[in-house]
Amino acid sequence: MDSYNAPESTPSASSRPEDYFIGATPLQKRLESVRKQSSFIPTPPRRKIPQCSQLQEDVDPQKVALLLHKQWTLYSLTPLYKFSYSNLKEYSRLLNAFIVAEKQKGLAVEVGEDFNIKVIFSTLLGMKGTQRDPEAFLVQIVSKSQLPSENREGKVLWTGWFCCIFGDSLLETVSEDFTCLPLFLANGAESNTAIIGTWFQKTFDCYFSPLAINAFNLSWMAAMWTACKMDHYVATTEFLWSVPCSPQSLDISFAIHPEDAKALWDSVHKTPGEVTQEEVDLFMDCLYSHFHRHFKIHLSATRLVRVSTSVASAHTDGKIKILCHKYLIGVLAYLTELAIFQIE
Amino acid sequence: MSPQKRFKNVQAQNRTSQGSSSFQTTLSAWKVKQDPSNSKNISKHGQNNPVGDYEHADDQAEEDALQMAVGYFEKGPIKASQNKDKTLEKHLKTVENVAWKNGLASEEIDILLNIALSGKFGNAVNTRILKCIIPATVISEDSVVKAVSWLCVGKCSGSTKVLFYRWLVAMFDFIDRKEQINLLYGFFFASLQDDALCPYVCHLLYLLTKKENGEIENGKLILFQGMQPHLQALLSLYKFFAPALISVSLPVRKKIYFKNSENLWKTALLAVKQRNRGPSPEPLKLMLGPANVRPLKRKWNSLSVIPVLNSSSYTKECGKKEMSLSDCLNRSGSFPLEQLQSFPQLLQNIHCLELPSQMGSVLNNSLLLHYINCVRDEPVLLRFYYWLSQTLQEECIWYKVNNYEHGKEFTNFLDTIIRAECFLQEGFYSCEAFLYKSLPLWDGLCCRSQFLQLVSWIPFSSFSEVKPLLFDHLAQLFFTSTIYFKCSVLQSLKELLQNWLLWLSMDIHMKPVTNSPLETTLGGSMNSVSKLIHYVGWLSTTAMRLESNSTFLLHFILDFYEKVCDIYINYNLPLVVLFPPGIFYSALLSLDTSILNQLCFIMHRYRKNLTAAKKNELVQKTKSEFNFSSKTYQEFNHYLTSMVGCLWTSKPFGKGIYVDPEILEKTGVAEYKNSLNVVHHPSFLSYAVSFLERGGNRERGKKWSWYLDYLFSQGLQGLKLFIRSTEGINCNNQY
Repeated sequence: MDSYNAPESTPSASSRPEDYFIGATPLQKRLESVRKQSSFIPTPPRRKIPQCSQLQEDVDPQKVALLLHKQWTLYSLTPLYKFSYSNLKEYSRLLNAFIVAEKQKGLAVEVGEDFNIKVIFSTLLGMKGTQRDPEAFLVQIVSKSQLPSENREGKVLWTGWFCCIFGDSLLETVSEDFTCLPLFLANGAESNTAIIGTWFQKTFDCYFSPLAINAFNLSWMAAMWTACKMDHYVATTEFLWSVPCSPQSLDISFAIHPEDAKALWDSVHKTPGEVTQEEVDLFMDCLYSHFHRHFKIHLSATRLVRVSTSVASAHTDGKIKILCHKYLIGVLAYLTELAIFQIE
Repeated sequence: MSPQKRFKNVQAQNRTSQGSSSFQTTLSAWKVKQDPSNSKNISKHGQNNPVGDYEHADDQAEEDALQMAVGYFEKGPIKASQNKDKTLEKHLKTVENVAWKNGLASEEIDILLNIALSGKFGNAVNTRILKCIIPATVISEDSVVKAVSWLCVGKCSGSTKVLFYRWLVAMFDFIDRKEQINLLYGFFFASLQDDALCPYVCHLLYLLTKKENGEIENGKLILFQGMQPHLQALLSLYKFFAPALISVSLPVRKKIYFKNSENLWKTALLAVKQRNRGPSPEPLKLMLGPANVRPLKRKWNSLSVIPVLNSSSYTKECGKKEMSLSDCLNRSGSFPLEQLQSFPQLLQNIHCLELPSQMGSVLNNSLLLHYINCVRDEPVLLRFYYWLSQTLQEECIWYKVNNYEHGKEFTNFLDTIIRAECFLQEGFYSCEAFLYKSLPLWDGLCCRSQFLQLVSWIPFSSFSEVKPLLFDHLAQLFFTSTIYFKCSVLQSLKELLQNWLLWLSMDIHMKPVTNSPLETTLGGSMNSVSKLIHYVGWLSTTAMRLESNSTFLLHFILDFYEKVCDIYINYNLPLVVLFPPGIFYSALLSLDTSILNQLCFIMHRYRKNLTAAKKNELVQKTKSEFNFSSKTYQEFNHYLTSMVGCLWTSKPFGKGIYVDPEILEKTGVAEYKNSLNVVHHPSFLSYAVSFLERGGNRERGKKWSWYLDYLFSQGLQGLKLFIRSTEGINCNNQY
């Protein structure tokens, strides 16, 4: 077959590539970045090992405690249009009304009855990678206690939070009417997530999509989280592979002592402070060959579906649980990167 | 005989023959019966085979008995008859036997259901009849609707009703359609109040419930006290469909809600399933890749993919806590979207239009499409861009395995987008970005027509930038797919070229007025277009070789060049690109008249365009940067010489196509020089024959021009234009 050679242009006019985009609008910048993203390998070949962030020190520890040790369902979110941090109170009121209206829809019996819920919007000050990142914020749905004598806090029915950690690539391409919080994490009944998501979509013309984590990114997580320096380990390092077969898939779990995992990582790790693609591949290959030696199963032919370490655990379905306070920002930075990749 | 009955007979035939095969002694007879196609023959020409004939007769007898039995039941019990019970018993037995053996045809079921529920016979008979209503293949929906209508009359006892509902639940999957039955949803729902029926009705509703039912009916369930498992099941289903509407909390652990009402018919059901399954087993679905990604939209925005149009006053209200006076005035002056009905209204209020809260909703509103087409407001476009990109990604079916049932919806969505693009005569950037991501994963089959249309609406941009992202992937599919795919790709590339040219020709003339989204220089734009044309030229040349010079393919290629050759005149753009030699010579030496005719037309148009360009150059005198290089003219002249040499002057292989005389000698064709001119060209053979048949060979002198006139009169317009316009060039038009 002929090789395709772009012929010389017929018109004699000289044309340089930069002639095309003299006054690029944000929309063209978007398209440009999509093109760049599509033409190269989607992820950069090297990333920083999560570090303890300085900014994170400002975060209210009580709020951080809310975020840790909970299973979050991940979503990517397109920029919010005309969102304003000065209106959080107003948003609480509106969302509250919306939820009540949605829940009462079609239930004649319950008309007039108070639903006894309260919606609370609050910012998560300091939850950011750079100063340019917009402030993260938290939405909670709390059931109001029936008896005034009881604990006034009430029971938290649903929690969701929006954040952007090192979101520069996205921030560059949107105008000031938009607030970029590409990562959304929810905990609670999915029906609530649906109602609240619908309200955000209607109010700020944004779009939620479930954020799945593919096996490639899970391996990255495994490597990066193993690389984190820990004072003490709280959980074993565990991998879960799924074998596609009918009618039910077969799962293979592989648990390693966290210190052994770290030792393995140290043996493949070369560049200080960074993780490279080769290192990730080597790390996983070592695990594969170890497993093969013992069980004669090629794990590389199966699908990695879950990774759990003392830093965090992640499932391919887009579920995450963060265990370690120190590396909270680091974990979120990578998730933000994945979310931005999905919305670009 | 109805087709269904015949099918049943064949089945029965097969069954009996296989059943009795162990008694066969002669091998030949056994062989004959094993072959299913032969068994049909037997039933048709039974006399050839005594065994088959016998069985046929047996089967026929059974069938007759059944017909008699059904007829008997239909007439009702004959009071006077002496041996009433005996006859009844005989007929019941017949029905039971046939039903359990082969099942009943849907017409028979219709009759028997009618009998069982109309109360013509006693309870015991009704029960027996109901128990043996087993379909051969399917049950018609009408029969069920008729049967349900009997329930309202009150002719049948409670136990018969119960049995009927159990039967309905058991046979649910064999009912051919469910639309009518679903209309009776309210009736079934009302029957929940009958305590005896409740469990079975619950089960039936559970099978019948769709989303709409869930929303309408669930409020009423509050009436029912207690939490029997069957009610729980129904509630859990409603809760699934409309989670917001059911406030009752249901136990999660309980899995078995219904008494197994099928057990009466268990073996019969298996047999029916076996009969219905036919030769192809269900394909095995393997879970590969991230298959179980949550389908978000299905739960969140259940109504449609495209959001409903709502004005954004909501956002405005909460966006500004304290409105200034001027804001207030502006608000009162703004024009609500809901009132926007006509184009003049849009024009009058375009300055104060309230934008929709979700920009995606404009896709269904042609007036607002106008609006977003002319507005250059970045946020508006960006909102639309994000919404469309994400929705495309979310809906795209080949991203997710096992998501193919939503294929129709995705196709419809793509159609809506394409309609909007055609309406605006402009492509969306989101679609381009979507193509970057999805084209490498596309199988070339799924939503092919829509996908290729999206390609033809790619907004104008630098070809060399887009090529690695789109066209390289498309080329892979192109080369490995069928000729039809190749043709459709060429077709859509032709449309792409046309869209780019239209866009550019508008852009050049509008430039001082509008701020075009792509600030390009004309030279850059022309370069990009010329690269696209060269790319298609390369695709076409290779495809011609792969498809061994298919005429069909060549038609599509020449269609593309029909657009290309007229760029200078039709679009007023300074560009002439000629076709590659591989296409030109294939067309020139083609055996197809219409190809040669099309080639002549294209050459004629090239000539027109080049002459016009030359004329303009001379008029303008000033050295424009878009003077075509002499190379283009040389190339054209070279083609023209070849063509004239072949068709006209009978010097085919001198200038133009050069073939070594020695090779020509070897072919052994004596008069190769003449063999490609208009008179001898193989593609005109049929015309030459009919010309001669009409007596065209009488006068020798003017034969050439007579023949040409004849060809022109046959509608070969391209040839006519080409020859007329080149006549000046070649004066020696003598044979």
